Amino acid sequence: MEFGPHLILAILEGLVQASVLTLTALGLSLVFGVMRVVNVAHGEFFMLGAVFAYGVANSIGGAPVVGFVAALIVAPLLVGVLAAAADWLILRRLDHDPERTIVATIGMLYVIQQITLMTYGPDAHPVTPPFNQRIAIPWFEFTDKGLEFYFPWGLSTTSYKLFVVAAAIVAGLGVWLLMARSRLGLILRATQLDRETALAFGIPVQRVYALTFGFGAALAALGAVLVVPIQQAHYLMGGDPLLLSFIVVIIGGLGSLRGTVLAAILIGMSNGIISVFFSPTLAKILATLLVAMVLVYRPQGLFGKKPA
Amino acid sequence: MSRALTFHIGAIIVLAVLQFILPVYHSGNLARIMVLAVYAMGYNVMFGYTGLLSLGHAMFFAVGMYGAGLSIRLFDMAAAPAFGIGIIASILFSLGVGLLALRTIGVAFMIVTLMFSQAIYLLILYFNPLTRGDEGFVIPQAVRQVAGFDLSDPTTRYFAALLLFAIALLGMVWLVRSRTGRVLVAIRENEERARMLGYDSWAHKLFAVVLSGTMAGAAGAAYGLLFGSVGASFAEVPFSILPLLYVLLGGPGTVIGPFVGTLFMFYLRDISSSFTDAHLLVAGIVLVLLTMYARRGIMGVVRERWAKWLP
Repeated sequence: MEFGPHLILAILEGLVQASVLTLTALGLSLVFGVMRVVNVAHGEFFMLGAVFAYGVANSIGGAPVVGFVAALIVAPLLVGVLAAAADWLILRRLDHDPERTIVATIGMLYVIQQITLMTYGPDAHPVTPPFNQRIAIPWFEFTDKGLEFYFPWGLSTTSYKLFVVAAAIVAGLGVWLLMARSRLGLILRATQLDRETALAFGIPVQRVYALTFGFGAALAALGAVLVVPIQQAHYLMGGDPLLLSFIVVIIGGLGSLRGTVLAAILIGMSNGIISVFFSPTLAKILATLLVAMVLVYRPQGLFGKKPA
Repeated sequence: MSRALTFHIGAIIVLAVLQFILPVYHSGNLARIMVLAVYAMGYNVMFGYTGLLSLGHAMFFAVGMYGAGLSIRLFDMAAAPAFGIGIIASILFSLGVGLLALRTIGVAFMIVTLMFSQAIYLLILYFNPLTRGDEGFVIPQAVRQVAGFDLSDPTTRYFAALLLFAIALLGMVWLVRSRTGRVLVAIRENEERARMLGYDSWAHKLFAVVLSGTMAGAAGAAYGLLFGSVGASFAEVPFSILPLLYVLLGGPGTVIGPFVGTLFMFYLRDISSSFTDAHLLVAGIVLVLLTMYARRGIMGVVRERWAKWLP
């Protein structure tokens, strides 16, 4: 393949990655924004979403569409309830103190990961995509006869990948509507702004926290359900989404949802493109160093405002 | 001699005697535990005494380990100068990390250390031809000799580990009772107030990072030389979490605590491995329970109840 078609392919792959990353990072950002808690177990909630999706799709049987739709609803719900329960039973008792919750979520990370290993096992399992037509993409070239269109070999995407992008956009808009337009969003923002005052106005802050933690985890699980027909469900799959979400949330400015979305698209796309043309390890090294430097020299993030 | 000094010297003597009493399997374990305890004591300097929570301490361990290991592998150095290179590399590296990371505080500091550590791990993988990446490499027995002593011999190895451990332990006893050590605790308790009293909190924190990183690096270099293996798994995230676990369990801000924590966790893992492969499950459960119910750790409770003099 020539450079042009290759680049188009890289951008398409980047777009799919960016979509899933946006959902996962939104969950992490929401939890950090509202609760001031860094959830190190976030990647494991992503992994649980994928594993539950496999479980649901497998136990229902029938047409792949039925199993997939069921997984799309059940897996995030289940993960959300589990995370909310973990918050209620563990993090609430730590008063959501930043340092102690970090240590506790590290513990949760290992517990979730190892229990999955003991029950689900060390093998990766796929989920059948509900639909998967190959869509060829035309490319043009200047020849003696003028502009000529043709379909280069290998330059294609699938209908399912386009669906992932669309679904992520819809879900992202949903989160924005929830935060900006609903009463629940108002409560969440009030808690984020000032926990004490919110409490004084009769907002049940502890319950809001549990809800936020569950909702954040459910977003990660949703991203995982979308990605699991492309990438198989495996008990160690939570590492990369966690690292990338961290990177995105920091670059976007801790706690800023708009910055998170912008950064997710930026990081997802560039990660996809760099991985196609260069070594993925090099891409990760550059990304982690970039994040460290952003935190050191611009702690409000690239898109965030300087605190007054 | 004060009670504190007597207690710690006594602990070292007990460990020396144990070598002649314990079966080979357990004295081998104990040698490993002592080296890992130096790693944990280094972690304790930052976390327990200065209040700086690092999530990337494996990078210091790895820099010491690879500093020594690579000078042997690539430049055919002898064990002693290679150990020196490992220490020097750790000092310079922790100084660089400290200068950058200490510009941040709180959660940002934790994530910066995590990211630096991840970058080191990925660099080790990226330079696979030099480091042999995940597989790692073996330091041959012929090189592991210092002044006529064979470090691969179990008895010599035990006493080499004990020597390193004793230096670190007594150094810590001296440090925490010195002026500098007290300033570190003051920074942990209330940095603003320490600064207002005229202490240079930045310089003290930088000192804590460099000392902590160097102790971790020394443990890494010693681990490579004593046990002969160097690998990327010593730079991975779980290996950064281990000293946090050891220190939390043993008692943050106590001199002997990191050793106690390492001893307990090592044998907890040893015992649990006989009925499950998922040994990290135990680590996870212990972490959650410790943060919820026992923030002071084992020696913290001992100090509170029975031995107020324990440093």
